[in-house]
Formats: sequence, C-alpha cells, structure tokens
Amino acid sequence: MIIKQLSVFLENRTGRLTELTGILAANDINISAFSIADTADYGILRMIVGRPEPAAEILRKAGFAVKITDVVGMIIPHRPGGLHKALQVISDNNVAIDYMYAFASGECKATVVIRAESLQKLIDVLQEHKMELLQEGDVYQV
Amino acid sequence: MIWNEQYECMEREELQKLQGERVSSMVKRVYDSVPFYRQKLQEMGIEPGDITTIDDLKKLPFTTKQDLRDNYPFGLFTLPQTDVVRLHASSGTTGKSTVVGYTHNDIQMWSEVVARSLTMAGVGTSDIIQVAYGYGLFTGGLGLHYGAEKVGATVIPISGGNTKKQLQLMEDFGSTALACTPSYAAYLGEALVEEKINRKNIKLKAGVFGAEPWTEEMRSQIEHLLGIKAYDIYGLSEIIGPGVSMECHCQKGMHIFEDHFIPEIINPESGEVLPYGELGELVFTPATKEAMPLIRYRTRDLTRLHADRCECGRTLVRMEKCVGRTDDMLIIRGVNVFPSQVESVLLEMSETKPHYLLVVDRENNLDTLEIRVEIEEQFFSDEVKELEGLRMRIKANISSILGISATIRLVEPGTIERSMGKAQRVIDNRKLK
Repeated sequence: MIIKQLSVFLENRTGRLTELTGILAANDINISAFSIADTADYGILRMIVGRPEPAAEILRKAGFAVKITDVVGMIIPHRPGGLHKALQVISDNNVAIDYMYAFASGECKATVVIRAESLQKLIDVLQEHKMELLQEGDVYQV
Repeated sequence: MIWNEQYECMEREELQKLQGERVSSMVKRVYDSVPFYRQKLQEMGIEPGDITTIDDLKKLPFTTKQDLRDNYPFGLFTLPQTDVVRLHASSGTTGKSTVVGYTHNDIQMWSEVVARSLTMAGVGTSDIIQVAYGYGLFTGGLGLHYGAEKVGATVIPISGGNTKKQLQLMEDFGSTALACTPSYAAYLGEALVEEKINRKNIKLKAGVFGAEPWTEEMRSQIEHLLGIKAYDIYGLSEIIGPGVSMECHCQKGMHIFEDHFIPEIINPESGEVLPYGELGELVFTPATKEAMPLIRYRTRDLTRLHADRCECGRTLVRMEKCVGRTDDMLIIRGVNVFPSQVESVLLEMSETKPHYLLVVDRENNLDTLEIRVEIEEQFFSDEVKELEGLRMRIKANISSILGISATIRLVEPGTIERSMGKAQRVIDNRKLK
C-alpha cells in the first residue's frame, strides 16, 4: 500500500535537474511521476521511479542528497468531481496532508500521490471508503 | 611523560633569567648583522648593551609581517647563505610570500620542541605516526616529521591529500597517531565512515592538529569520528613552524616553549604589554633562532596567556586557543566577525556540519553576508516547511552569536570545497570593487 518516493535536494542552478535526469536515463531508470517544490534558493524534487532503492544509491554516489519517503497513491476517476470527492473523504476524516501531486494517465483514471502526517490513517480512511489504491507491485511502472 | 624536564618544568625566576640572557645575546647578533634592525634600534636610541634582562624586552620595537615582506627574501637573515640549510615560505595569499631560513641548529631546536609536543600527546617510540600535513614550503609536514623522528616514532611521510591512500595505510600499517590540519582530520573521519572501513582495523589513538583555527565542537567531532584524543598544536613559520606551543593531556591551553619563544600579549592598538589573563595580540621573540631571529614578532593572533601552574607539572605558560586572527577578522557593517564563530554555531546545532562558506559583498553601500551551509542527507527533509525551519534556526543562532544578520543559503552536500590544507572559509567580494 505504501509507495517509495525519492526526494532530492536541488540547488536552483541551470542544468542541475538535467544532470539528474541524465544520470537516471544512463542507468535505465524510468520516472513515472514527479513534482518540484521550489523556494528562492533550492527545490525539492519528488518522484516515483522504477527501482527506487538502486536509483537512490546511484544519485547519492553522484553527490545528491536523497531521501526515500513513504507516500500513498490513490486512484480516482478522471472526470469532474473525481478529485473533490476523494479530498472530501480525507478532510472529513481529519487527515492532514503534507503535500500531494497528481497525474492523469489514459482516458478514465488519474493517480494522486499523497504524503500525509499519518499515512496509516490515510490508508485506513481511503480503504473504508472503497477508494482504489496503487499497489507497490504496479506503481513503479505507473 | 615530559620530554625535557629541565626546561619544561623550570622555575619562573630561573626561566626569566635565561630568557633575559638569550634576548640580550640575540639583540647583539641582529644589531651586528641585520641592517633593518640596526637602523630601527638606532632610530629609537637603543644600544644592544641596554638590553640585559627580560624586563628590557618591552623597550624593543615590534616586527610585523610587512617587515618580512619588505625584506624579501633574505633581508632579515643574520647569517650568510652558507650557514642556512633550509628555507620555508608561506603561501602568500595576501601578498608576497614570506621566507624563513634555518641553520642546522635551528632544525635541531625545532625538532626538540616538536618532540616535546608529541610527547605531550603521548607519542613515543612505540607509535606509528602518519604525517598528513603538506610536505614542502609549508612548515607543517617537515616540522612534524623531524620531531617525530626525534622521539623515535615510526614516521609515515604521506603528506596531505590522497584520502583513499591515507585510509589504506592507516589500516595496513596500523597508524597510532595522525598529524594534519583539523579540517583534514574531520574529512578523513568522514571518509572512514563513507568507505565503510571496519573501525576495529584502525588503531589511531592520538591526533596532533593545527595550522588553522578550530573549535572545541570540532574537536569532539574529530574525536568521535576517528576514535582518538585530539590535541591542539600551534605554530607559525615566522617563529619556527608547528611546535611553538602545544596542549598537554590536561588540555587547559597550549604550553609555550618559552625558553625558545618568549611570548607577550599586547594591546593591538597601543602596543602596550598586557598582564596575564587579558585578551590581546600574541607577540613572540624567538630568541634562540640562529638564521632568522625576530624581535617581538606580531602574530596577529588574539588570545590570552595563563601562568598558573598546570597539573601536568610543566611551568611553561599556557595560551588559550586563539579567538581569531586579526587577518581573518572581517568587519561587516562595523561588526567584527570571525569565521570560527560561524563554525561553532554550526557544530553546536545537531542538524548541521561545519561545511560552510561566508560570502561578503556590498550592495548599495551596505555590507551583505551570505552564509552557505551544506545540507546533511540524514537531516534532509523533503518538506519545505522543515527545511525553511532549519534555515531560520541557523539564521537565528548566527545572528545571536555574530550580532549581525546573515542570509542563510542551503546548498547541496559536497559542493563547498573541502580542503587538503587550510580551509577557504571566506569570499570577500568587497575587495574587488
């Protein structure tokens, strides 16, 4: 149920992200989803990749500060109100979300990656409401 | 153990008598052979015969680094080149380099004071010492080398750099002591962890570190990383090199080898001699040096001297760790700032390591200070609010210690240059404008 996300500290300088994607490409690591939280001086890159542990090790060797963070992937219908309904369930149950990012793949489904204060509570709430969750087995190839 | 009890435990009265004799004879030597000093003394109306006791020292003029530069390269040598067996020179980052010369006896004396220093750190014949100070014009490598041979230790003259080789020999040869700059010691300690070397294979027990300012926090960090007791050694090439003073096992300041290097603390503005215990600029008169004795050399180091008796049994005065160097001192918006203050703030915080760089600039006639701090992977949070919290905590701590505010910039690990020798801690762009 819990998915491993790579978080990388990136200085804001031209070409830095390209260096990182170059390393992943050279090592045949696929990126399924990513987002960047940015501040004036640095950004935090969060991404779901195939083979997260080896990928983290490769990036560390290349000098990046990398952290593996647990997140949850929620699958929602790709149509108006789909996200709203899911978020309503989460907020009604008082689960605090730290951050989230989403991507729609194909015609009928969208995936939302969520980091919450209590991941277990989030999972429980979503399962209680029969929401579909990404499984670790299929997620790295989302 | 004490290497030379006769001199290291001499009663003060007897020591002062010896210092007086040595200064008196040294003044005669420089008066006769160094035009620079003869002219200076004549201008002040001082005859060599006027200097008979140690109390007369304060009548003599000071020597500054500028005087050494003005007399570059050999102008302050008292003896012809035929008597000089070795030259060393400073890196000259702030101008022309300064050159120092040694006679055979000077090298013997230097080995003697380094032998005393190593004995304080418990290094003796049963030790294998890895000398990772740079060998060359810098005095660190050869200074430690000769002293270590004198105590009868086995010397590995590996010099600085080549970290993998350092660790390999440390493991293969079973080095029991390490001598290098404190920043390189910390770097080696980190590399030891990174290379996943089994600590059981490392036999280090003592480290002799100097040649750059370091803090108590850095000492604990090095001791923890390398599993050793870390000792502070002090010196400067103008006086002899490493071995001017050294910490004993009590670690209550560094004992100055006063029979050779006569210390004074002065008010840096007025030049007035200050009593023991007061903070001021450290001045040395290396009275027994043959090739290049100096009269009252101003070190630019700020510290205090303490003369109360040390538990180790030595009677030599102790100097505190230098608060800063008048050269290193930055004046930012009128406030005196020492890079060592930033270092101690970062070391005191559990989430940061002392990898930092101060960037000083001027915008609209106002000085700006940016401090770049490397993020540590183990404390890297992937939430902006956590990282910003860390940044604000560093900012608050810096501002309370420095008395001025600074911009804190978090940078990626490993992006601040690691030093193999002296660490570059400051970029002052104001000088370029």
